[in-house]
Amino acid sequence: MADEEKVTICRCEDVTLDELLEAIRTHRVRSLEELKRILRIGMGSCQGRTCLRLAASVLAREIGVSTAEVMKTLPRPRPPVVPVLVGTLSRVELREGIED
Amino acid sequence: MTRPRERYDVAVVGAGIIGCATAYYLASRGLSVAVFDKDYITAGSTGRCPGGIRQQWATEDHVRLAMKSVEIFKNLDQELGVDTDYKQGGYLIIAKTEEEVKQFQKNIVMQRSHGLPVEWLEPGEINEIVPELDVEGIGALGAAWNPTDGYADPFKVTYGYARAAERLGAEIFTFTPVKRVRIVEGQVAGVETEKGFVRAGCVVNAAGAWSRQVAETAGVRLPNKPYRHEILVTEPIKPFLGPMVICFHDNVYFRQSPRGSILGGWGDPHEKPGYNFESSLRFLVKMTKLLATYIPRLKSVRVVRQWAGLYDVTPDAKQITGPVRGVKGFIQANGFSGHGFMMGPITSKLVAQLIAGEPLDLPIDPFLLERFEKGVAGAEAAVVG
Repeated sequence: MADEEKVTICRCEDVTLDELLEAIRTHRVRSLEELKRILRIGMGSCQGRTCLRLAASVLAREIGVSTAEVMKTLPRPRPPVVPVLVGTLSRVELREGIED
Repeated sequence: MTRPRERYDVAVVGAGIIGCATAYYLASRGLSVAVFDKDYITAGSTGRCPGGIRQQWATEDHVRLAMKSVEIFKNLDQELGVDTDYKQGGYLIIAKTEEEVKQFQKNIVMQRSHGLPVEWLEPGEINEIVPELDVEGIGALGAAWNPTDGYADPFKVTYGYARAAERLGAEIFTFTPVKRVRIVEGQVAGVETEKGFVRAGCVVNAAGAWSRQVAETAGVRLPNKPYRHEILVTEPIKPFLGPMVICFHDNVYFRQSPRGSILGGWGDPHEKPGYNFESSLRFLVKMTKLLATYIPRLKSVRVVRQWAGLYDVTPDAKQITGPVRGVKGFIQANGFSGHGFMMGPITSKLVAQLIAGEPLDLPIDPFLLERFEKGVAGAEAAVVG
Protein backbone atom coordinates (compact mmCIF):
# COMPACT_ATOMS: atom_id res chain seq x y z
CA MET A 1 0.00 0.00 0.00
CA ALA A 2 2.90 2.34 0.68
CA ASP A 3 3.70 2.31 -3.02
CA GLU A 4 0.35 3.86 -3.96
CA GLU A 5 1.82 7.32 -3.74
CA LYS A 6 4.42 6.32 -6.30
CA VAL A 7 1.92 5.03 -8.88
CA THR A 8 0.92 7.79 -11.28
CA ILE A 9 -2.57 7.50 -12.76
CA CYS A 10 -2.78 10.80 -14.65
CA ARG A 11 0.49 12.09 -16.03
CA CYS A 12 -0.87 15.38 -17.36
CA GLU A 13 -2.31 16.52 -14.05
CA ASP A 14 0.10 14.55 -11.86
CA VAL A 15 -2.46 12.45 -9.97
CA THR A 16 -1.21 9.41 -8.03
CA LEU A 17 -3.08 6.27 -7.02
CA ASP A 18 -3.30 7.27 -3.36
CA GLU A 19 -4.81 10.63 -4.33
CA LEU A 20 -7.30 8.83 -6.54
CA LEU A 21 -8.31 6.43 -3.75
CA GLU A 22 -8.58 9.26 -1.24
CA ALA A 23 -10.83 11.28 -3.56
CA ILE A 24 -13.10 8.30 -4.24
CA ARG A 25 -13.53 7.67 -0.51
CA THR A 26 -13.79 11.30 0.65
CA HIS A 27 -16.32 12.33 -1.98
CA ARG A 28 -18.12 8.97 -2.30
CA VAL A 29 -17.44 9.14 -6.03
CA ARG A 30 -19.61 7.07 -8.35
CA SER A 31 -18.68 8.39 -11.78
CA LEU A 32 -15.69 9.35 -13.91
CA GLU A 33 -17.37 12.72 -14.47
CA GLU A 34 -16.92 13.43 -10.75
CA LEU A 35 -13.27 12.33 -10.79
CA LYS A 36 -12.64 14.67 -13.69
CA ARG A 37 -14.01 17.60 -11.68
CA ILE A 38 -12.38 16.71 -8.37
CA LEU A 39 -8.94 15.63 -9.59
CA ARG A 40 -8.78 17.12 -13.12
CA ILE A 41 -8.20 13.61 -14.50
CA GLY A 42 -8.83 13.91 -18.24
CA MET A 43 -8.48 17.70 -18.34
CA GLY A 44 -4.80 17.76 -19.31
CA SER A 45 -3.07 17.65 -22.66
CA CYS A 46 -4.04 14.02 -23.37
CA GLN A 47 -7.72 14.76 -22.60
CA GLY A 48 -8.11 11.46 -20.74
CA ARG A 49 -6.81 9.13 -23.40
CA THR A 50 -4.22 7.63 -21.03
CA CYS A 51 -5.70 8.00 -17.57
CA LEU A 52 -9.45 7.54 -17.75
CA ARG A 53 -9.46 3.77 -18.38
CA LEU A 54 -6.95 3.29 -15.61
CA ALA A 55 -9.05 5.44 -13.27
CA ALA A 56 -12.16 3.52 -14.32
CA SER A 57 -10.70 0.18 -13.24
CA VAL A 58 -9.63 1.60 -9.88
CA LEU A 59 -13.06 3.19 -9.30
CA ALA A 60 -14.85 -0.02 -10.32
CA ARG A 61 -12.80 -2.05 -7.83
CA GLU A 62 -13.36 0.50 -5.06
CA ILE A 63 -17.15 0.74 -5.38
CA GLY A 64 -17.68 -2.91 -6.33
CA VAL A 65 -19.12 -2.60 -9.83
CA SER A 66 -17.79 -3.73 -13.22
CA THR A 67 -15.38 -1.54 -15.18
CA ALA A 68 -17.92 -1.60 -18.02
CA GLU A 69 -20.48 -0.03 -15.68
CA VAL A 70 -18.07 2.73 -14.67
CA MET A 71 -17.12 3.34 -18.32
CA LYS A 72 -20.75 4.38 -18.91
CA THR A 73 -19.91 7.51 -16.90
CA LEU A 74 -16.99 8.41 -19.15
CA PRO A 75 -16.93 12.19 -19.60
CA ARG A 76 -18.31 13.38 -22.88
CA PRO A 77 -15.50 13.88 -25.42
CA ARG A 78 -14.92 17.59 -26.04
CA PRO A 79 -13.72 19.16 -29.25
CA PRO A 80 -11.18 19.71 -30.67
CA VAL A 81 -10.23 16.05 -31.15
CA VAL A 82 -6.55 16.97 -31.00
CA PRO A 83 -5.03 20.22 -29.67
CA VAL A 84 -5.10 22.92 -32.37
CA LEU A 85 -3.22 26.22 -32.45
CA VAL A 86 -5.19 29.39 -31.68
CA GLY A 87 -3.51 30.88 -34.78
CA THR A 88 -4.80 28.09 -37.02
CA LEU A 89 -8.37 28.24 -35.71
CA SER A 90 -8.44 32.05 -35.89
CA ARG A 91 -7.84 31.89 -39.65
CA VAL A 92 -10.92 29.74 -40.33
CA GLU A 93 -13.51 31.68 -42.34
CA LEU A 94 -17.06 30.99 -41.21
CA ARG A 95 -19.85 31.15 -43.71
CA GLU A 96 -22.59 33.55 -42.58
CA GLY A 97 -25.22 31.85 -40.51
CA ILE A 98 -23.10 28.80 -39.72
CA GLU A 99 -24.03 27.37 -36.37
CA ASP A 100 -21.63 24.47 -35.88
CA MET B 1 -26.18 5.20 -0.61
CA THR B 2 -28.11 6.18 2.50
CA ARG B 3 -31.71 7.22 2.26
CA PRO B 4 -32.99 10.62 3.37
CA ARG B 5 -34.58 10.94 6.79
CA GLU B 6 -38.31 11.54 7.07
CA ARG B 7 -37.96 15.25 7.75
CA TYR B 8 -35.51 18.15 7.75
CA ASP B 9 -35.83 21.81 8.67
CA VAL B 10 -34.79 22.75 5.13
CA ALA B 11 -34.63 20.90 1.79
CA VAL B 12 -32.36 22.43 -0.86
CA VAL B 13 -32.84 21.66 -4.54
CA GLY B 14 -29.54 21.78 -6.45
CA ALA B 15 -25.96 20.91 -5.48
CA GLY B 16 -24.08 23.70 -7.21
CA ILE B 17 -22.34 26.55 -5.42
CA ILE B 18 -25.62 27.97 -4.10
CA GLY B 19 -27.07 24.69 -2.85
CA CYS B 20 -23.88 23.49 -1.18
CA ALA B 21 -23.01 26.86 0.37
CA THR B 22 -26.60 27.36 1.59
CA ALA B 23 -26.44 23.91 3.23
CA TYR B 24 -23.20 24.92 4.92
CA TYR B 25 -24.54 28.21 6.29
CA LEU B 26 -27.79 26.58 7.42
CA ALA B 27 -26.02 23.66 9.12
CA SER B 28 -23.66 26.06 10.87
CA ARG B 29 -26.79 27.69 12.35
CA GLY B 30 -27.90 24.37 13.77
CA LEU B 31 -30.63 23.68 11.22
CA SER B 32 -31.10 20.21 9.75
CA VAL B 33 -30.72 20.32 5.99
CA ALA B 34 -30.79 17.96 3.02
CA VAL B 35 -29.56 18.85 -0.49
CA PHE B 36 -30.93 17.00 -3.52
CA ASP B 37 -29.48 17.05 -7.02
CA LYS B 38 -30.48 15.11 -10.11
CA ASP B 39 -26.79 14.72 -10.94
CA TYR B 40 -23.46 15.10 -9.09
CA ILE B 41 -22.08 18.15 -7.25
CA THR B 42 -21.18 20.94 -9.77
CA ALA B 43 -22.79 19.10 -12.72
CA GLY B 44 -24.83 22.16 -13.75
CA SER B 45 -23.59 25.69 -14.33
CA THR B 46 -21.13 25.92 -11.40
CA GLY B 47 -18.83 23.28 -12.89
CA ARG B 48 -18.90 24.96 -16.29
CA CYS B 49 -18.11 28.51 -15.21
CA PRO B 50 -14.70 30.16 -15.48
CA GLY B 51 -14.48 31.04 -11.76
CA GLY B 52 -14.20 34.81 -12.08
CA ILE B 53 -15.04 37.00 -9.08
CA ARG B 54 -15.90 40.56 -10.11
CA GLN B 55 -16.98 43.56 -8.02
CA GLN B 56 -17.09 46.13 -10.84
CA TRP B 57 -20.82 46.36 -11.52
CA ALA B 58 -23.03 49.04 -12.98
CA THR B 59 -25.66 48.78 -10.23
CA GLU B 60 -25.06 49.51 -6.54
CA ASP B 61 -26.98 46.40 -5.49
CA HIS B 62 -24.46 44.24 -7.31
CA VAL B 63 -21.41 46.19 -6.08
CA ARG B 64 -22.50 45.78 -2.45
CA LEU B 65 -23.28 42.10 -2.90
CA ALA B 66 -20.04 41.32 -4.75
CA MET B 67 -17.90 43.17 -2.21
CA LYS B 68 -19.47 41.16 0.62
CA SER B 69 -18.88 37.98 -1.38
CA VAL B 70 -15.19 38.85 -1.71
CA GLU B 71 -14.94 39.27 2.06
CA ILE B 72 -16.10 35.65 2.32
CA PHE B 73 -13.85 34.37 -0.48
CA LYS B 74 -10.82 35.94 1.23
CA ASN B 75 -11.22 33.71 4.29
CA LEU B 76 -12.82 30.73 2.62
CA ASP B 77 -9.74 28.46 2.57
CA GLN B 78 -9.42 28.79 6.30
CA GLU B 79 -13.14 28.51 6.93
CA LEU B 80 -13.65 25.36 4.82
CA GLY B 81 -10.24 23.78 5.29
CA VAL B 82 -9.50 23.54 1.56
CA ASP B 83 -7.27 25.31 -0.96
CA THR B 84 -9.69 27.01 -3.36
CA ASP B 85 -6.98 28.63 -5.56
CA TYR B 86 -8.55 31.99 -4.63
CA LYS B 87 -6.48 34.86 -5.93
CA GLN B 88 -7.05 38.59 -6.34
CA GLY B 89 -5.49 39.00 -9.76
CA GLY B 90 -7.79 41.88 -10.71
CA TYR B 91 -10.24 42.52 -13.56
CA LEU B 92 -9.31 44.71 -16.49
CA ILE B 93 -12.44 45.87 -18.33
CA ILE B 94 -11.70 47.29 -21.77
CA ALA B 95 -13.78 50.20 -23.11
CA LYS B 96 -14.08 50.40 -26.90
CA THR B 97 -16.72 53.07 -27.50
CA GLU B 98 -17.10 56.67 -26.30
CA GLU B 99 -20.36 55.66 -24.70
CA GLU B 100 -18.57 52.97 -22.71
CA VAL B 101 -15.87 55.43 -21.63
CA LYS B 102 -18.54 57.73 -20.17
CA GLN B 103 -20.44 54.89 -18.55
CA PHE B 104 -17.30 53.30 -17.04
CA GLN B 105 -16.15 56.61 -15.59
CA LYS B 106 -19.58 57.08 -14.04
CA ASN B 107 -19.52 53.52 -12.69
CA ILE B 108 -16.07 54.07 -11.21
CA VAL B 109 -17.28 57.07 -9.18
CA MET B 110 -20.15 54.96 -7.82
CA GLN B 111 -17.92 51.93 -7.17
CA ARG B 112 -15.28 54.02 -5.40
CA SER B 113 -17.98 55.52 -3.15
CA HIS B 114 -18.45 51.94 -1.87
CA GLY B 115 -14.72 51.64 -1.19
CA LEU B 116 -13.74 49.62 -4.26
CA PRO B 117 -10.16 50.57 -5.32
CA VAL B 118 -11.07 50.72 -9.02
CA GLU B 119 -9.22 53.09 -11.37
CA TRP B 120 -9.65 54.44 -14.87
CA LEU B 121 -6.71 53.70 -17.19
CA GLU B 122 -5.93 55.66 -20.33
CA PRO B 123 -4.92 53.54 -23.34
CA GLY B 124 -1.23 54.27 -22.67
CA GLU B 125 -1.54 52.91 -19.12
CA ILE B 126 -3.19 49.57 -19.94
CA ASN B 127 0.09 47.83 -20.75
CA GLU B 128 1.31 48.55 -17.25
CA ILE B 129 -1.28 45.99 -16.11
CA VAL B 130 -1.13 43.54 -19.05
CA PRO B 131 2.04 44.20 -21.09
CA GLU B 132 1.12 41.68 -23.82
CA LEU B 133 -2.27 43.23 -24.65
CA ASP B 134 -2.38 44.81 -28.13
CA VAL B 135 -4.06 48.02 -26.99
CA GLU B 136 -3.96 49.64 -30.44
CA GLY B 137 -4.92 46.49 -32.30
CA ILE B 138 -8.13 46.06 -30.34
CA GLY B 139 -8.89 49.78 -30.41
CA ALA B 140 -9.11 50.24 -26.64
CA LEU B 141 -10.17 53.74 -25.55
CA GLY B 142 -9.28 52.99 -21.95
CA ALA B 143 -10.06 50.49 -19.23
CA ALA B 144 -11.45 50.09 -15.76
CA TRP B 145 -9.01 48.31 -13.48
CA ASN B 146 -9.79 46.83 -10.09
CA PRO B 147 -6.94 44.88 -8.48
CA THR B 148 -9.17 43.24 -5.83
CA ASP B 149 -11.33 41.28 -8.28
CA GLY B 150 -10.12 37.74 -8.89
CA TYR B 151 -10.99 34.10 -9.23
CA ALA B 152 -11.27 30.78 -7.41
CA ASP B 153 -11.67 27.18 -8.51
CA PRO B 154 -15.42 26.46 -8.75
CA PHE B 155 -14.94 22.73 -8.03
CA LYS B 156 -12.75 23.25 -4.99
CA VAL B 157 -15.07 25.92 -3.59
CA THR B 158 -18.24 23.88 -4.10
CA TYR B 159 -16.89 20.53 -2.92
CA GLY B 160 -15.32 22.43 -0.03
CA TYR B 161 -18.70 23.84 0.99
CA ALA B 162 -20.35 20.43 0.50
CA ARG B 163 -17.94 18.50 2.71
CA ALA B 164 -17.90 21.27 5.35
CA ALA B 165 -21.72 21.22 5.38
CA GLU B 166 -21.67 17.45 5.91
CA ARG B 167 -19.24 17.78 8.80
CA LEU B 168 -21.86 20.05 10.40
CA GLY B 169 -24.57 17.44 9.86
CA ALA B 170 -26.04 18.38 6.48
CA GLU B 171 -26.82 15.54 4.08
CA ILE B 172 -26.27 15.71 0.33
CA PHE B 173 -28.12 13.31 -1.96
CA THR B 174 -26.65 13.33 -5.45
CA PHE B 175 -28.28 11.49 -8.38
CA THR B 176 -31.58 12.09 -6.58
CA PRO B 177 -33.96 14.22 -8.67
CA VAL B 178 -36.67 16.27 -6.98
CA LYS B 179 -39.91 15.59 -8.83
CA ARG B 180 -42.09 18.13 -7.10
CA VAL B 181 -42.18 20.70 -4.33
CA ARG B 182 -45.29 19.79 -2.34
CA ILE B 183 -47.45 22.70 -1.20
CA VAL B 184 -50.27 22.32 1.31
CA GLU B 185 -52.55 25.31 1.87
CA GLY B 186 -50.04 27.88 0.65
CA GLN B 187 -47.21 26.46 2.73
CA VAL B 188 -44.28 24.26 1.66
CA ALA B 189 -44.72 20.73 2.99
CA GLY B 190 -41.59 19.13 1.54
CA VAL B 191 -40.14 17.64 -1.63
CA GLU B 192 -41.06 14.52 -3.55
CA THR B 193 -37.79 12.91 -4.58
CA GLU B 194 -36.92 9.71 -6.38
CA LYS B 195 -36.06 8.34 -2.95
CA GLY B 196 -39.48 9.20 -1.57
CA PHE B 197 -41.22 12.15 0.08
CA VAL B 198 -39.15 14.24 2.46
CA ARG B 199 -40.91 16.64 4.83
CA ALA B 200 -39.51 20.14 5.20
CA GLY B 201 -41.14 23.42 6.20
CA CYS B 202 -38.74 25.31 3.97
CA VAL B 203 -37.47 24.55 0.47
CA VAL B 204 -34.65 26.48 -1.24
CA ASN B 205 -34.78 26.52 -5.03
CA ALA B 206 -31.09 26.58 -6.04
CA ALA B 207 -31.52 24.55 -9.21
CA GLY B 208 -29.76 27.07 -11.46
CA ALA B 209 -30.91 26.81 -15.07
CA TRP B 210 -33.56 24.26 -13.98
CA SER B 211 -35.03 26.51 -11.26
CA ARG B 212 -37.93 27.54 -13.44
CA GLN B 213 -39.16 23.94 -13.68
CA VAL B 214 -38.70 23.37 -9.96
CA ALA B 215 -40.72 26.51 -9.20
CA GLU B 216 -43.44 25.46 -11.61
CA THR B 217 -44.08 22.31 -9.56
CA ALA B 218 -44.96 24.64 -6.69
CA GLY B 219 -47.17 26.79 -8.90
CA VAL B 220 -44.64 29.65 -8.93
CA ARG B 221 -43.73 31.23 -12.22
CA LEU B 222 -40.15 32.45 -12.64
CA PRO B 223 -39.15 34.63 -15.62
CA ASN B 224 -35.73 32.90 -15.92
CA LYS B 225 -34.53 31.58 -19.28
CA PRO B 226 -31.48 29.34 -19.95
CA TYR B 227 -28.88 30.57 -22.43
CA ARG B 228 -25.87 28.58 -23.62
CA HIS B 229 -22.44 30.11 -23.06
CA GLU B 230 -19.32 28.48 -24.47
CA ILE B 231 -15.77 28.40 -23.12
CA LEU B 232 -12.44 27.07 -24.31
CA VAL B 233 -9.20 26.25 -22.55
CA THR B 234 -5.66 26.05 -23.91
CA GLU B 235 -2.63 24.01 -22.99
CA PRO B 236 -0.74 25.49 -20.02
CA ILE B 237 1.87 28.14 -20.73
CA LYS B 238 4.20 30.04 -18.42
CA PRO B 239 2.15 32.40 -16.19
CA PHE B 240 2.12 35.91 -17.68
CA LEU B 241 -1.46 37.12 -17.32
CA GLY B 242 -2.48 38.17 -13.81
CA PRO B 243 -5.97 39.65 -14.29
CA MET B 244 -9.16 38.59 -16.00
CA VAL B 245 -9.53 40.68 -19.17
CA ILE B 246 -13.07 41.42 -20.27
CA CYS B 247 -14.79 43.58 -22.87
CA PHE B 248 -18.57 44.05 -22.99
CA HIS B 249 -18.37 45.47 -26.50
CA ASP B 250 -16.78 42.27 -27.83
CA ASN B 251 -18.76 40.12 -25.36
CA VAL B 252 -15.52 38.39 -24.39
CA TYR B 253 -13.48 37.48 -21.33
CA PHE B 254 -10.30 35.49 -20.70
CA ARG B 255 -7.87 34.75 -17.93
CA GLN B 256 -4.96 32.48 -17.13
CA SER B 257 -5.57 29.71 -14.64
CA PRO B 258 -3.06 28.96 -11.86
CA ARG B 259 -1.97 25.94 -13.95
CA GLY B 260 -1.12 28.23 -16.87
CA SER B 261 -4.03 27.46 -19.21
CA ILE B 262 -5.85 30.34 -20.89
CA LEU B 263 -9.58 30.11 -20.23
CA GLY B 264 -11.83 32.22 -22.42
CA GLY B 265 -15.48 32.75 -23.26
CA TRP B 266 -17.41 34.68 -25.87
CA GLY B 267 -21.15 35.29 -25.65
CA ASP B 268 -22.98 34.88 -28.94
CA PRO B 269 -25.47 37.77 -29.28
CA HIS B 270 -27.63 35.51 -31.50
CA GLU B 271 -27.86 32.69 -28.94
CA LYS B 272 -31.44 31.51 -28.43
CA PRO B 273 -32.75 30.31 -25.09
CA GLY B 274 -32.76 26.56 -24.54
CA TYR B 275 -30.94 23.63 -22.97
CA ASN B 276 -28.17 23.52 -25.52
CA PHE B 277 -24.84 22.05 -24.34
CA GLU B 278 -23.33 21.49 -27.79
CA SER B 279 -19.92 22.90 -28.58
CA SER B 280 -19.86 24.92 -31.79
CA LEU B 281 -17.16 25.59 -34.39
CA ARG B 282 -18.59 29.10 -34.62
CA PHE B 283 -17.55 29.75 -31.01
CA LEU B 284 -14.14 28.15 -31.46
CA VAL B 285 -13.38 30.39 -34.44
CA LYS B 286 -14.82 33.61 -32.98
CA MET B 287 -13.05 33.09 -29.65
CA THR B 288 -9.65 32.29 -31.16
CA LYS B 289 -9.95 35.33 -33.48
CA LEU B 290 -10.49 37.48 -30.38
CA LEU B 291 -7.61 35.87 -28.45
CA ALA B 292 -5.27 36.33 -31.43
CA THR B 293 -6.27 40.00 -31.67
CA TYR B 294 -6.09 40.79 -27.95
CA ILE B 295 -2.80 38.99 -27.29
CA PRO B 296 -1.12 38.10 -30.61
CA ARG B 297 1.42 35.76 -29.03
CA LEU B 298 -1.40 33.40 -28.03
CA LYS B 299 -1.58 32.32 -31.69
CA SER B 300 1.16 29.81 -30.93
CA VAL B 301 -0.79 28.20 -28.06
CA ARG B 302 -3.01 25.16 -28.58
CA VAL B 303 -6.69 24.88 -27.67
CA VAL B 304 -7.21 21.57 -25.84
CA ARG B 305 -10.91 21.64 -24.99
CA GLN B 306 -14.14 23.55 -25.35
CA TRP B 307 -17.44 23.11 -23.54
CA ALA B 308 -20.74 24.85 -22.85
CA GLY B 309 -22.81 25.77 -19.82
CA LEU B 310 -26.02 27.67 -19.16
CA TYR B 311 -26.68 31.14 -17.81
CA ASP B 312 -29.96 31.26 -15.86
CA VAL B 313 -31.02 34.69 -17.11
CA THR B 314 -33.63 37.04 -15.60
CA PRO B 315 -35.13 40.09 -17.35
CA ASP B 316 -32.86 42.52 -15.44
CA ALA B 317 -29.76 40.25 -15.23
CA LYS B 318 -30.09 40.23 -11.43
CA GLN B 319 -30.63 37.19 -9.27
CA ILE B 320 -33.91 36.14 -7.67
CA THR B 321 -33.36 35.71 -3.96
CA GLY B 322 -35.79 35.36 -1.09
CA PRO B 323 -39.40 34.39 -0.42
CA VAL B 324 -42.24 34.52 -2.95
CA ARG B 325 -45.79 35.72 -2.50
CA GLY B 326 -48.41 33.06 -1.97
CA VAL B 327 -46.16 30.13 -1.03
CA LYS B 328 -44.79 30.25 2.51
CA GLY B 329 -41.41 28.64 3.04
CA PHE B 330 -40.43 28.56 -0.65
CA ILE B 331 -37.14 30.45 -0.97
CA GLN B 332 -35.56 31.32 -4.30
CA ALA B 333 -31.80 31.55 -4.90
CA ASN B 334 -31.51 31.43 -8.68
CA GLY B 335 -31.52 33.54 -11.85
CA PHE B 336 -27.92 34.62 -11.40
CA SER B 337 -27.61 35.45 -15.11
CA GLY B 338 -23.99 34.27 -15.32
CA HIS B 339 -22.83 35.50 -11.91
CA GLY B 340 -23.87 32.70 -9.58
CA PHE B 341 -20.40 31.52 -8.67
CA MET B 342 -19.10 34.93 -7.63
CA MET B 343 -22.33 35.91 -5.84
CA GLY B 344 -22.71 32.41 -4.38
CA PRO B 345 -21.07 32.73 -0.96
CA ILE B 346 -22.86 35.94 0.09
CA THR B 347 -26.22 34.96 -1.39
CA SER B 348 -26.14 31.59 0.35
CA LYS B 349 -25.28 33.25 3.63
CA LEU B 350 -28.15 35.73 3.22
CA VAL B 351 -30.56 32.88 2.46
CA ALA B 352 -29.43 31.07 5.63
CA GLN B 353 -29.80 34.25 7.70
CA LEU B 354 -33.28 34.78 6.26
CA ILE B 355 -34.37 31.22 7.07
CA ALA B 356 -32.83 31.34 10.56
CA GLY B 357 -34.61 34.64 11.24
CA GLU B 358 -31.38 36.55 11.79
CA PRO B 359 -30.64 40.13 10.72
CA LEU B 360 -29.38 40.15 7.12
CA ASP B 361 -25.86 41.31 6.20
CA LEU B 362 -27.44 43.12 3.22
CA PRO B 363 -31.05 43.83 2.23
CA ILE B 364 -32.46 41.35 -0.28
CA ASP B 365 -35.35 43.58 -1.43
CA PRO B 366 -33.70 44.40 -4.78
CA PHE B 367 -33.62 40.68 -5.56
CA LEU B 368 -37.16 39.60 -4.67
CA LEU B 369 -39.22 37.96 -7.42
CA GLU B 370 -42.03 40.47 -6.88
CA ARG B 371 -39.91 43.30 -8.37
CA PHE B 372 -40.97 42.07 -11.82
CA GLU B 373 -44.63 42.82 -11.02
CA LYS B 374 -43.81 46.47 -11.74
CA GLY B 375 -42.05 45.68 -15.01
CA VAL B 376 -38.32 45.64 -15.60
CA ALA B 377 -36.27 48.55 -14.25
CA GLY B 378 -32.71 49.09 -13.06
CA ALA B 379 -31.24 46.29 -15.15
CA GLU B 380 -27.58 45.40 -14.73
CA ALA B 381 -25.73 46.57 -17.82
CA ALA B 382 -22.23 45.30 -17.02
CA VAL B 383 -22.82 41.81 -18.38
CA VAL B 384 -21.01 39.56 -20.83
CA GLY B 385 -24.27 38.42 -22.36
